[in-house]
Amino acid sequence: MRNLWIFLSRYNAFFFFIIFFAVGIILTIRNNSYQRSVTFGSTNEIVGTAYKRLNVIKRYLNLVQVNDSLAAENAALKTQLLGLASIDSTEITKVKDTVNHQQYTLIAAKVFKNSVTLTNNIITINKGAKDGIVKDMAVISPGKGVVGFVQNVSENFATIRPLLNQETAISVVLKKDNAFGSLVWGDNNFDYRKAYVKEIPNHYKVKVGDTIITSGSGGFPRGIEVGKVTNTNLSTGDSFMTLEITLFNNFSTLQFVYVVKDKFAEEVKSLQPEVKNEQ
Amino acid sequence: MNSRVILVNIFRWVVLLFIQIFLLRNMAFYNLSTPFIYVLFILVLPFHIPNLLLYVIAFITGLTLDSFYDTLGVHTSACIALAFVRILFISVSLNRESIDEPEPSLGNMGFRWFSLYAVLCIFAHHVVLFFLEAFKFTSLTYTLGRTLLSVVFTLFTVLLVEFIFHNRKSA
Repeated sequence: MRNLWIFLSRYNAFFFFIIFFAVGIILTIRNNSYQRSVTFGSTNEIVGTAYKRLNVIKRYLNLVQVNDSLAAENAALKTQLLGLASIDSTEITKVKDTVNHQQYTLIAAKVFKNSVTLTNNIITINKGAKDGIVKDMAVISPGKGVVGFVQNVSENFATIRPLLNQETAISVVLKKDNAFGSLVWGDNNFDYRKAYVKEIPNHYKVKVGDTIITSGSGGFPRGIEVGKVTNTNLSTGDSFMTLEITLFNNFSTLQFVYVVKDKFAEEVKSLQPEVKNEQ
Repeated sequence: MNSRVILVNIFRWVVLLFIQIFLLRNMAFYNLSTPFIYVLFILVLPFHIPNLLLYVIAFITGLTLDSFYDTLGVHTSACIALAFVRILFISVSLNRESIDEPEPSLGNMGFRWFSLYAVLCIFAHHVVLFFLEAFKFTSLTYTLGRTLLSVVFTLFTVLLVEFIFHNRKSA
């Protein structure tokens, strides 16, 4: 017994290493599954508040670009409004109750932590459960482009799993001929302006410059423009092709996002298990 | 004297982690090379620190950084690996009784010893860090490339900081 003790104390560095390293690895594995709520992450109130403070300065520095993008969006909205105003209302015979049937509402949120350099990037926004944000809601960026899904929600903050994360896949279609595909960032891709569309059947003719839009499932409204095809010659070896696309939105300068609240999300979700049982 | 050492180290911890989290987190060369200057804090902890305390400090440092990087456990494990290599290297290269310097800094130990010490520790840290982050061996060359380039970058910043502060001290 005494010898054992001497042995342990002589090589204490090694045994401490084993213990602490095991704890570290366990923490990593538990966290890597992204299933557990990331309590230590930036949903944490202390860390979140710290980032919020620092972001005030950062926002100020990026004010010019943000102003420009907001102005552009304003202009686009105004154009739409003019289009609506010029419709001859006497000709409309059937009144559609669009207020009650509006499926999607947008919640604007400020990004106060963002990263584009990691393998699994996370975005933190300043809206949380208090503002009606729920896990798995879709998130889009102002102007064009998709951002990702809500991952964790606390009282005042929420984290988003953006497209720039190995676990994110978004259902998209080719605008031209509605070919379904799955939008991912791609393994070993560290360029935040590029992404890949997988699982498009080989018989579709895709050209460089074709536009990719969202398919309307998974919480995103249909028709949000995601990006343009830049490379169609990626060999996969099976009956599906992979397209390289350039994203319309720039993740590195993301300042505001819109969280998409889908009125029918609950209803669709409640149907899913039934469908599974039938199969 | 002792309380002064503790104060200096706490100050160093706060400053290095602040720089790491709010400046270097947003910095990378082509996403390949990222500097992790905060390892300098663990590198220059005093010689006479007990092993257990060293591990606990490394653990807390890693955990703090992980909270800000959203990678709970990755930096923690990397810091523990660094602490282990630090203990090993010091016990192999120096005689414990004959150490009369307070801490293993560049000014105290000379360029040759310190640079070898820093290279080994930083390499251990980065290997664990990048492989845990990738969490697979399929992109081995890519991950190794990232590791080596980041080691160079981190080493550069660590030596830079050491040169700046220790030259001033001795002059």
